[in-house]
Amino acid sequence: MLTSIKTNSFAGNKGKELGMMYFRVAVILFGAQLLMGLIAAIQFLVPGFLFELFDFSVARMVHINALVVWMLYAMIGSVYFMLTDETEHEGVAIGVGKLAFWVLTAAVTVVVLVFIFVQVGSGTEASIWFINEGREYLEAPRWADIGIVVVVLTFYFNVFATYIKGKKTGIMTVMVANLMALAGLYLAGMFFTDNISMDQFWWWWVIHLWVEATWEVFVGTLAAYALIKIIGAKREVVEMWLWIEVLMLFGSGILGMGHHYFWIGTPEYWWEIGALFSALEPVPLIAMFVHVLYDWGKEQGIAKAQGQVGTVANNTPALSWIVTNAFGNFLGAGIWGFFHTLPQVNIYTHGSQFTAAHGHLAFFGAYATILIGMFYLGLQYAYGIKVLKSTFKSKMAIFLITFGVVGMTVALTIAGYEQVLVERAELGAGWNAFFVAQNLPWYVQAQMWRAIMGVVTFVGFVYLVWDLLTIGQEAKEA
Amino acid sequence: MANENLSVWTSIPFWRRSAAWVTGFASILLIWLTFDTLGQISMGTDADLKAGTTKRVPAPTVINYKIGYEMSAKRGHEVPTIGEKQPFFGKEWSEKEAADLLHLGKLTSQAKNCMDCHTLLGNGAYYAPDLTKAWLDPAWQKGGAMQGMTGKSTTEEAMAEFLQHPSTYPTHARMMPNLGITADEAKGLVAFLKHMSSIDTNGFPRNFSKTVDQFKAGGSNAH
Repeated sequence: MLTSIKTNSFAGNKGKELGMMYFRVAVILFGAQLLMGLIAAIQFLVPGFLFELFDFSVARMVHINALVVWMLYAMIGSVYFMLTDETEHEGVAIGVGKLAFWVLTAAVTVVVLVFIFVQVGSGTEASIWFINEGREYLEAPRWADIGIVVVVLTFYFNVFATYIKGKKTGIMTVMVANLMALAGLYLAGMFFTDNISMDQFWWWWVIHLWVEATWEVFVGTLAAYALIKIIGAKREVVEMWLWIEVLMLFGSGILGMGHHYFWIGTPEYWWEIGALFSALEPVPLIAMFVHVLYDWGKEQGIAKAQGQVGTVANNTPALSWIVTNAFGNFLGAGIWGFFHTLPQVNIYTHGSQFTAAHGHLAFFGAYATILIGMFYLGLQYAYGIKVLKSTFKSKMAIFLITFGVVGMTVALTIAGYEQVLVERAELGAGWNAFFVAQNLPWYVQAQMWRAIMGVVTFVGFVYLVWDLLTIGQEAKEA
Repeated sequence: MANENLSVWTSIPFWRRSAAWVTGFASILLIWLTFDTLGQISMGTDADLKAGTTKRVPAPTVINYKIGYEMSAKRGHEVPTIGEKQPFFGKEWSEKEAADLLHLGKLTSQAKNCMDCHTLLGNGAYYAPDLTKAWLDPAWQKGGAMQGMTGKSTTEEAMAEFLQHPSTYPTHARMMPNLGITADEAKGLVAFLKHMSSIDTNGFPRNFSKTVDQFKAGGSNAH
């Protein structure tokens, strides 16, 4: 992957080259996310670890911000990567896009360094502007928010102008419309209010409408593109599915927002709205799952009937990750989300380790998987390889990362049960109740398993990086 | 699909139109509900408090009143109650003073990144206790462990003292780090917490008053 910087055979496609630049930074941030997660997991077990030096709040802040930013990088990279294939146009202003990439990367570096070394500020507007906005997931200080908006506008202009000039496929139409919503929603998180209910109301406009609406549609779009690219799925079939997915994802996800409005000061009618629509949110995830597996089976069957031996996929590591996405999205976002989405359950589970369990499997299953798949598509192109086969390292990576994340999720779910039953139901959710639950032997044991599974995930990540660095060269030499 | 007239179920234009309609309808409904909700969660005024008008999010001057959290038979869950006047840091705060203090507290809560250890209204990280009703927690009341440890005689003074020197008062192996919170910022944070405890959260956290009742009956919920 590194060598592809110089020795790639991009055949002059600047968009794909820019996409690869985004992918590389995404992988580095992914590593940072995992390291920070390990620190935070250890702090659950050994509270004195790095105390007043690199506290849980700092590790956790970098953990979740690295997560969001690496995914945004990988998403932007994916769009630049597919732009020419879909529009059959070179890309309008890729040079400006490259400049924007460097500006964004410099800004991200500064933000992370400030998070790590400055950590917190005094209770003034200046802290919000220059150090840390202190709102989970949107901690980036305001100057960086504005920078992100400018860079994203540049990116969007590039995509939109290319779309207008080029061919307008269904996939690209969904992409362009969805990206506009995705980018615009960020603005809802860029203001300060003394009213914490109002604060969280708009905060969810960004977080929820990203991860449970626009990001999901983005994944549907990527899967559609990747299925055509990897197994030669028929565009008519894939695009019809995509529109059905958009219908179901937005139909359930937009009003599914209600499940975040149960307890933040907002009116009771969100109970019914949130319960109904968020309970429907798993439906499109089942559809996406069926779609991917059905198309794969169908294309494989056709190829076999035509006498082809072996797999129909021209990129097995990418396909493996996309199939993992189909499972992971349904399990992590769908099932684990549904577990605690009804207000009758959520009044006890809200803000517990249950939420953490869902968060881990959902972000991994719905997003990390397919974006890693895109890295492999990028590599295949960068090295000009016709058929990219999984190596031992590819297999170790996908196995260990998936096993690790599922393991963490199960451990956190058990911790969540303990916490919810003892702290919330039995003891009544007070200060003392919290600590009683945190010290239960079974809870501690679960946190121990979470840390162990975190290490497994990290070992998988090492295999992934190793594979990404070598698979292209090895395949080329073979 | 080559022949789109065959069936509407395999027609791309049909699904595209449906997707657009459903998305548009859901968005319009969300925006409409948002307007209604914004009206209901905007902060009340001092006049509302004086008149006893219930607001989901009361005015900052709610810090001048005694706040409770009691079971409502009508609503089927606990709701915040606003009682008689109660001095806050030994005085009654004017509208402007209370608003400024809450502003400082909210800013500090963000600048110190409270939300990446604690949850506020149940949102945040899960490393430290939820702060939604922290103001009402028995641990911080007279006779409670936290107030006793700080040697202060009111909830607000005990909380402010703890916030300025958290690692001096280790209650558990997992401690709050020293975040350089000043005396003024600590006052602001306590005002922010007291204000938050008066927000009508539809009964979250459930059972919280059980903790309070047990404490009042002289029991401890420490097992």
